[in-house]
Amino acid sequence: MIELVASTPCQGLLPLEHGPFTLTELTPGSLTALAPFSGQDAALSRALDAAFGLSLPDVGAATAGGSARVIWFGRGQYLLIGPAPVADLANVAAVTDQSDAWAVVRLSGEGADEVLARLVPVDMRPAVFGEGAAIRTYLGHMTVSIARDDDAKGPGYRIMAFRSMAGTLVHEIETAMAAVAARL
Amino acid sequence: MRIPCPICGPRDSREFTYRGAALDRPAPDAGADAWEDYVHLRDNPAGPTLDLWYHHAGCASWLKVSRNTVTHEITGAVLAGAEDKA
Repeated sequence: MIELVASTPCQGLLPLEHGPFTLTELTPGSLTALAPFSGQDAALSRALDAAFGLSLPDVGAATAGGSARVIWFGRGQYLLIGPAPVADLANVAAVTDQSDAWAVVRLSGEGADEVLARLVPVDMRPAVFGEGAAIRTYLGHMTVSIARDDDAKGPGYRIMAFRSMAGTLVHEIETAMAAVAARL
Repeated sequence: MRIPCPICGPRDSREFTYRGAALDRPAPDAGADAWEDYVHLRDNPAGPTLDLWYHHAGCASWLKVSRNTVTHEITGAVLAGAEDKA
């Protein structure tokens, strides 16, 4: 009998540090795509509030409640991060399990926006990409989801890419981290 | 070049994929000439034009983008199909 061992998408690649920048892997638990049926946005928001105490975010934003968060994930799409979905959600939305499908990393450190400026065609400065922002865009040649993920030390970025791209994701960000750190 | 996505805001053109001219589909019984025109024949305007673009790296919407082929100016973008629902 072969004993299979579960591994995270970035196992053996992270954590990394260059100068003030830190790149760590996050294991956020369940990831569930929610696509509300036509005209059911408000109903989905109420169902989320009842189950997890958070509402549906606006376009380009995220909401959090306890250990759960919901991020905007495209036109008419949202991603529930953390808890497993409750059955009620399936009455008002298409619910798809995406757990283990995404590599999730967190980039932090003073000036981390300058690292992303080398990779992302969107203004990621904290003053522009404010608290609670969550967008879809490119990082290098990969489509990613980027969300503000602050902690007590300051602004951070939660970056999600397809799991199969984990190696490229880490390589791209590490190259930019090293290049920016070398100029400080 | 930037395209003003109605959902995401102004974004770099690398996030978009070009599809082609945004044309009105003829009625099913419009006749062979109208359908041949719709399927095969395209104008090549010097000036304002209307194209379909797909925001694949962003919100995944289809957009109707108005563009000037002489100045390369992007003059606007709306969600494709928005007028059908109104």
